[in-house]
Amino acid sequence: MSTEFRIDVQKALGKTEVRAHFRKAMDTLMTNRRNQFPDDAALQALRHQAQAIRANALSKLPELLEQLEAKLTAKGVQVHWAETTDEANQIVLSIMQKHQAKSIIKGKSMVSEEMGLNHFLEAQGIEALESDLGEFIIQLDGETPSHIIMPAIHKSKEQISQLFHDKFPDIPYTENVDELTASARRILRDKFYTASVGLSGVNFAVAETGTLCLVENEGNGRMSTTVPPVHIAVTGIEKVVEKLSDIPPLLSILPRSATGQPITTYFNMISGPRQADEKDGPTEVHLVLLDNGRSNIYSDPELLATLRCIRCGACINHCPVYVRIGGHSYGTVYPGPIGTILEPQKQGLKVHGELIQASSLCGACGEVCPVRIPIPNIINRLRYDSVRKDTEHTPTFDAGTKRKPLEAAIWQGWSWSASHPSLYNFGGTVATQLRGLVPNKVGAWTNVRTAPQLADKTLHQQLKALGVDHE
Amino acid sequence: MSNARTRIFQRLTAVERPVVDLSARESLSRFAWDKEERIRRFTERMQAVRAEVHVSDREHWLDKLAEICQAKGLNHLLLSPNTEWGQAISQNATRFPTLKHYDRPIEAWKHELFHEVDAGLTSTLGGIAETGTLMLWPNGDEPRLLSLVPPIHIAILETDKLFSTFAEAVQQQAWAEQGMPTNAVLISGPSRSADIAQVLAYGVHGPKELVVVLV
Ligand code: SF4
Repeated sequence: MSTEFRIDVQKALGKTEVRAHFRKAMDTLMTNRRNQFPDDAALQALRHQAQAIRANALSKLPELLEQLEAKLTAKGVQVHWAETTDEANQIVLSIMQKHQAKSIIKGKSMVSEEMGLNHFLEAQGIEALESDLGEFIIQLDGETPSHIIMPAIHKSKEQISQLFHDKFPDIPYTENVDELTASARRILRDKFYTASVGLSGVNFAVAETGTLCLVENEGNGRMSTTVPPVHIAVTGIEKVVEKLSDIPPLLSILPRSATGQPITTYFNMISGPRQADEKDGPTEVHLVLLDNGRSNIYSDPELLATLRCIRCGACINHCPVYVRIGGHSYGTVYPGPIGTILEPQKQGLKVHGELIQASSLCGACGEVCPVRIPIPNIINRLRYDSVRKDTEHTPTFDAGTKRKPLEAAIWQGWSWSASHPSLYNFGGTVATQLRGLVPNKVGAWTNVRTAPQLADKTLHQQLKALGVDHE
Repeated sequence: MSNARTRIFQRLTAVERPVVDLSARESLSRFAWDKEERIRRFTERMQAVRAEVHVSDREHWLDKLAEICQAKGLNHLLLSPNTEWGQAISQNATRFPTLKHYDRPIEAWKHELFHEVDAGLTSTLGGIAETGTLMLWPNGDEPRLLSLVPPIHIAILETDKLFSTFAEAVQQQAWAEQGMPTNAVLISGPSRSADIAQVLAYGVHGPKELVVVLV
């Protein structure tokens, strides 16, 4: 029982200081979100609206992708398609090679994390530099994001101060956040100034107008997509929405759910490269549309809901498991509840099937999700997929691989006895008689708990004694 | 057409699509705020994120602007000489810091833009009261970097273009029908981040200060 996941969880649970830090951060985020939605009826109406917008877009996905491609192409944006992350990386590389670019400056993009783009480019001798402050910090320390919105949330101010001092010895040690931020600004401004290629993600892509929308607070997204002569946007094929009028409700619910801000500082809408009468902006814009398992998820009516996600991170902020084990224990690009349902679907139950067991099904994620993804139901569904027999009826990779013959036989026996009352009652009575024989060690369960005890009377007997007629 | 594209579309079109009830999608949030209330809310939201809001009018805005430039000790002000505002300022140039014009492609003066401009002045397409937001459609006269690279961004907002919500603005200004410009941007405060231990810091990559003059 010592899988990599369990070992990482054990380690994380032992780090009391980091845990306290996560607890405080998540409490703040939850409070901030709550303060943004004082009127529950209005919140629920907005969630229904956001759900309908995303569900509608998915129901027309192939048509909208075609429309998006046509609109963008007409405006001079070059659209590329990638089935796998390898293909997506190759596309980015070939654009870089065409321009003989030796470095790329990046705005925040979870899809580029999914692609492992930085490692890939570095192996090709190309420097990939993160410019989002949080991403910049963890890149300095050779880490990956521990949260999809706040990548460096696991680091304390003191750790960041020390890190800056270690990596840039000419910057005096300081714990002053304004000074640390100013140093990062100075370092990265030079990089923006010289970079020949900028990369970004996409929050929403509007099919109607051919518009790529980016949400951010720092301005690095605007810099990455405006200063370098070439802009490459990478995104998943599910990010498209039908109409421009679909954007305001999504923009209204995304930052409020994510960080508890009424709106982000910048909402950047890009619909094409620099035109002849313009004086700045990239002269070349590329969009890379990545599948990487999404079209597989798309084929199942229940799992499809996963693709509604707008990556706000609210489910993560409210997850009692995430707050205790932190983002890195998951060992995946996307942590928390969204990662728990997305990663096993993308990479298979053999690799990440254990994540779906690490849930108490408390339901908090589903309640806060702005697009009403029934995350607990999907966790349950994936648990079922992992042990089901009729694996041809689910697109989930490695379905049925957790099925154990003994366990399956026990449940079959259970289901059979439960549909035969006299047998069931007999079994119950026998069990109460033999209650003394229950061992006090029953597997991993009793490592930290006492063994469960059977009652001396079955529920049926107790109810009968109370005069309840159960038949 | 690439093979990847063909195969992705094959998979997406092979399945039965869900039917979606669109009734919930159409509800547009509206507020019955009059102009005064819109200005009040806009100002409150902007100030909450450390933006400066100065109330003025069509007679006095030049004075107000000169005052702001002086108070901030600006040496240079970057603007377009072609907008209504830029023209008026240029005609009164002696009252202002040295005026600079974004009249060449960025490549021709990148160093100067990055290192020798104190503030950029732009017009706006309008504002949003609910969130305290400016709407900008950069163009040849007022390029994208004008509101991004200088450490201070000064924006002029006409109060009769202040909408209650973004949804209302998009609808009433017919954004979709007009077709979108290469770049449109909503700005709701100075550049900020809470990535270091959740402590708010301003001026990360964009302007450290945002100054709005209402006319
Ligand atoms: S699943 Fe829902 S709550 Fe979680 S990140 Fe996606 S949209 Fe946000």
